[in-house]
Amino acid sequence: MNAALLNLADLHPVLALQDGGNVLLHRWQFGFNLIYHYLYPQLTMGLIFLIFVLETLYLRRRDEVFKKAANFWTKLFAPAFVIGAVTGIPLEFGFGTNWAVFSTVSGGVIGQTVALEGVFAFFVESAFLGLYLYGGEAFGERVRWFSSFMIFLGSWASGYFILTVNSWMQNPIGYKRLPNGNLAIEHLWKLFLNPWLFHQYIHVIGGTIVVGSFAMAGVGAFYLLSKRDIEYGRLFVTTGVIFGLVASIWMIYPSGDMESQAVAEHQPAKLAAMEGVFETQKGAPLTIIGQPNAQEMKIDNPIELPKVLSFLSYRSFESKITGLAGIPRDQWPPVAWTYYSYHIMVGLGTIFAGIMVLAALMLWRRRLFDSRKMLWILMLLTPFPFLTNTFGWITTEVGRQPWIIYGVMRTAQGASFNVNSGNVYFTIAGLAGIFFLLSVLYVLVVLKEVHAGPEPVSEEDEAGLGEEVEDIL
Amino acid sequence: MQTLWFILVAFMLTMYVLLDGFDLGAGAIHIFVATDDQERRMILQSIGPVWDGNEVWLIASGGTLFFAFPTLYASSFSGFYLPLMIVLWLLMIRGLAIELRHRLHNPLWASFWDGLFFIGSALLAIFYGAALGNVIRGVPVGKSGYFFEPLWTNFSPTNSTPGILDWYTVLTGLLALVTLIVHGSSWVALKTEDPLNTRCRSVVRRFWYAGIILTALTTIATFSLRPEMFSNFSSRPWGFVFPLIALAGLAGVGYYIRSYRDGAVFLSSCAYIFGMMTSTAFALYPDVLPAVNPKNSLTVYNASASHYGLTVGLVWWSIGIILAAVYFIFIYRLFRGKVRPGDEGY
Repeated sequence: MNAALLNLADLHPVLALQDGGNVLLHRWQFGFNLIYHYLYPQLTMGLIFLIFVLETLYLRRRDEVFKKAANFWTKLFAPAFVIGAVTGIPLEFGFGTNWAVFSTVSGGVIGQTVALEGVFAFFVESAFLGLYLYGGEAFGERVRWFSSFMIFLGSWASGYFILTVNSWMQNPIGYKRLPNGNLAIEHLWKLFLNPWLFHQYIHVIGGTIVVGSFAMAGVGAFYLLSKRDIEYGRLFVTTGVIFGLVASIWMIYPSGDMESQAVAEHQPAKLAAMEGVFETQKGAPLTIIGQPNAQEMKIDNPIELPKVLSFLSYRSFESKITGLAGIPRDQWPPVAWTYYSYHIMVGLGTIFAGIMVLAALMLWRRRLFDSRKMLWILMLLTPFPFLTNTFGWITTEVGRQPWIIYGVMRTAQGASFNVNSGNVYFTIAGLAGIFFLLSVLYVLVVLKEVHAGPEPVSEEDEAGLGEEVEDIL
Repeated sequence: MQTLWFILVAFMLTMYVLLDGFDLGAGAIHIFVATDDQERRMILQSIGPVWDGNEVWLIASGGTLFFAFPTLYASSFSGFYLPLMIVLWLLMIRGLAIELRHRLHNPLWASFWDGLFFIGSALLAIFYGAALGNVIRGVPVGKSGYFFEPLWTNFSPTNSTPGILDWYTVLTGLLALVTLIVHGSSWVALKTEDPLNTRCRSVVRRFWYAGIILTALTTIATFSLRPEMFSNFSSRPWGFVFPLIALAGLAGVGYYIRSYRDGAVFLSSCAYIFGMMTSTAFALYPDVLPAVNPKNSLTVYNASASHYGLTVGLVWWSIGIILAAVYFIFIYRLFRGKVRPGDEGY
């Protein structure tokens, strides 16, 4: 790995200019923007699937409830979609603005799929969203159903294309190095069939369904607890719990399991950091709780399951796990970030699956709608899947450090050295301000729409509601 | 192959200006031509189903630029760091304004978003014009292929360390604003009935004169600052067809606005924009980012991706863009005709 790196530095004249001083700022800006942006797509990608399910139910059963339910969720979906889109543009452009050297070196490879996402996914999504939102009533039910299907297809395709980029950065394949140091694509199909992409995609998609279905169950629980819109409350809780159960188990097995096996195989440093393994050992234990202590190279106050990590990683209780001690220090990811993010994700994910199994059992025994305790839990659970997805991404991205392209190029080499830190502070501040505004507005919209409910209100009611909101403000 | 991709990227950017141009223009005039809430809602309705799709042309152009000319993408996006970020902020605020204005029925809420929608739209038009002006004027690309331009230095385009804004790029920015105002008003005129229709027509008529003056000034300034912009025209005289299209479009706007043919006015405005954009691209070729020191200029040859990448890209790009064209024709056909008060979306 090191040899490859030095080679690249020799070949690429620009790398000599990199001083590394402002790299951390570029990372903060990009990471902050990514995390904020992805709060919305994880919701919309899950919701559009559920909206599509509701639209299909309406088309088959002709019950107005399904249509009104789909309309209600569309009102929450649409602003989230727009916020996701507008906060995503700085990311697409951010490759160039903040990671100019990385873009020069790798643009010949990942530029392909970034462009593919625009041409194949964004056009579909945006065109049919316009049709769905503004033409839903005018052009008949089939056009409406079809446009919800196309938005669903477009946004899931978008996820696929952008994950092609990320999985290439995690597991670079199908490229060659040009004499000038830049990388060029050799086989486009290899990017699409990257073995890393498969498990990453099904894991990410599962995560979006967890978010969407927990949100649906949460709003449904709110209606049932408030003793209003009972019919919708039941529909939302039922749909949310069914899909939430499937998705939260899916996140653990098979998709999560496949992810950790791939990490064990390809990225030993990430595995060691996220599991908190310091010494290389056979039959490594799985740390449930404990604080990684990088000074003394051990986990403080550990609660462990003996030999389980070896089994989970290689399906054998005696297999060897490389610890951080066996990896050169300059190739360690930030241990605390990786370890805690991973543990939060797994901890919460396990709790989700447990609660959903319980809720599904109660649903099956027809006790769920009367159990205020369980409804309270479902309602309060709504924000937590956002955390698990976020921490999952922090695990995988911080865990990849110090590489921007795993084993090929270091993050410190990739930043825009020509953009000085003063300008990055300026834009971080600007983004933070706008993101704050976006958050306030979106929360306001959600509160207003959930309060208004799925039954369409008359003009006077709505005017009264506007005044109410104004009073609150 | 590089030349083909130069044409395709220029095509996508031109499509972006043509399509998002009218909704930016509509944003720049809506608080002036629409006096009450209902009229403003109608203007938003006229762009509501399509603005998001129009904006995707920018995103798709950015992606295509990244893939076909990675070096240009990296160099220009980091070099134009500040204005690009500001453009992104404006795009966010503007998108929100359209999306959130109708969420609460409260006059203050509506006015707040109307204001932001106007500021976002007008400033975006100016920034786009200034960006194109920067590309024409040339930027301080260093030996490494990178540069960083501050927002302004001493406002002189002949300075060796120019800023984003100087008198020349401000001029191109104003030209862009006027052009998109004409474009946007002719769109709104096309989509609405009286009294909005009449007011938009008078906006077109007035800004048409401003457009003529600014076009003439910009053309003179361009060729006096960068006489080499003329060389492609003298070596390949067929290229004069592009400025001729622009002139015909400009004349068409003036002619048809007097005969009350809104559709023809809008198409003429499209022709003008198409002619201006293609003339610029034609004159720049083979440079994609001229440098103050011509030795460091980025060209289609030294900034492009590998041959295999460009070839395989041609296959999927063609399929994707045909599909996109089908959706766009489909959507615009479904939403054809004038908007009426009351048939708002969701």
